[in-house]
Amino acid sequence: MSLELRRVSASGSPAPGVRTVPDVTKLVDTSTCIGCKACEVACQEWNDLPPETTVQTGTYQTLPNTTAHFWNLIKFNEHDDQSGALRWLMRKDQCMHCTEPGCLIACPAPGAIVQYANGIVDFQQDQCIGCGYCITGCPFDVPKFNPQTRRVYKCTLCIDRVSVGLQPACVKACPTSCLQFGTKDAMLEVANRRVDQLKASGFAQAAVYDPPGVGGTGVVTVLAFGDQPELYGLPRNPTVPAAVTFWKGPLKWIGNLGMLGGLAIAAIHYVRFGRKADPDVDHSPTPTAQRPSRHKSTSDENL
Amino acid sequence: MEASAPRIVRYTFRERVVHLAAALSYVYLLLTGLAFWTPAMYWLAVVLGGGYLSRVLHPWVGLVFSGAVAIMYAIWRRDMRTTDADRAWRKAVLHYIRNEDAKVPPASRFNFGQKQLFWIMVGGGLALLLSGLVLWFVAFMPWELRALRYAAVLVHAVAALVTIAGFIVHLYMGLLVVPGGLSAILHGTVSERWARHHHPLWLADRPQSGVVSGFSRTDDDVRSQL
Repeated sequence: MSLELRRVSASGSPAPGVRTVPDVTKLVDTSTCIGCKACEVACQEWNDLPPETTVQTGTYQTLPNTTAHFWNLIKFNEHDDQSGALRWLMRKDQCMHCTEPGCLIACPAPGAIVQYANGIVDFQQDQCIGCGYCITGCPFDVPKFNPQTRRVYKCTLCIDRVSVGLQPACVKACPTSCLQFGTKDAMLEVANRRVDQLKASGFAQAAVYDPPGVGGTGVVTVLAFGDQPELYGLPRNPTVPAAVTFWKGPLKWIGNLGMLGGLAIAAIHYVRFGRKADPDVDHSPTPTAQRPSRHKSTSDENL
Repeated sequence: MEASAPRIVRYTFRERVVHLAAALSYVYLLLTGLAFWTPAMYWLAVVLGGGYLSRVLHPWVGLVFSGAVAIMYAIWRRDMRTTDADRAWRKAVLHYIRNEDAKVPPASRFNFGQKQLFWIMVGGGLALLLSGLVLWFVAFMPWELRALRYAAVLVHAVAALVTIAGFIVHLYMGLLVVPGGLSAILHGTVSERWARHHHPLWLADRPQSGVVSGFSRTDDDVRSQL
């Protein structure tokens, strides 16, 4: 029952899921990626996405960035390491499927972003209103806006395949097993074993990238230069932006209480003091030929 | 109220139209904005045609509001300067709140509270416009400028809350507290007694003849300005 919901965007009620299923995770071992881009093709094929025109960036990289039609991009980074060797660092840029998804927290449209019980974060474009708050909430610059549909798109981790017991299309296509898929526990075990191998091979800084600032991710990456995730274009310590956390947390409550308080004060004022005297209605007991220049306040009448 | 009593023009046609444009656009922005603000009020967007349409229209209506506020700024900013009379009024604000109007120092065309609302809406409107432009085109903001996105969501929310505080007071006063206030902003005129009661300095300052700065003595002159 992987399609049960753990979180629903802009929902005042608890998510309906009751069953506990293991988190699923995609493992990306950058040290065995050969840059063949089979995963890019598999993603486009399986998801039947419209083709994007490639952009020559001076490397083998297909496009400068992922787009609304291109959810999985191998980024080619060159790194001169201390030994003088040129390292070719390839990294799979896609939705990281955060355990604490900034996009979902920022989203104002009920049900437009969901997190399934297995941890996969998915956009429901039919509920999306195209505000772009998810773009602000994401610490990885993943959600991409389609100006034609005015909605936002990203990797689904092939939820349609995973929910029927298949691997994501990219994992299925990977020829080197640099991509693997399974439960989070199993993938972390594989990742840690690989890090040990890398350390034994001279990459002392090798590490698993599973950033705790977003509660861990559903895509974990083995980095040979694990002390420098920036080399791969990954943020060192990604978190849901503090502005978004404050906005959707304390500020919302301060604002709601303030607005309700304002209405309450107006209501209490009306009951206590009420309407001001109307100068156009004569309140003086003995009308005079000359109108009084200024009316005495008649607030006492209202008490 | 006698029908024969002379009426004084308080708001010209242009002022009333601009105020109405600001009022209607603000209410739409408030309702759709509240829908985006919290799921508890998302139903407002549903009532107003759905979240998608609300998101499409909200920024455009925001431009209407910004334009109306800009025109108000141009035509009212001189009237909205704080004066010594306002400082005296401010000290007596509790009397005003308790409807002890006889103890409140005289106000000019706008009292200190009205002037405060004006500056809240001008300042808040500017902050909402600038942050709103970032939110409108957030998908086209480069990742390197993401600090602007973070600033924009906070500035937009805080500025909106500040204007809402002013709006609650303004709407409550205009609809429920000050008799004749709503009629003045809709239809333009007040009685001389109303003007003397609420804005005596304005009444005293007005020219005794001729048609200057929105006033005249005769009904014909009044009609010509409406």
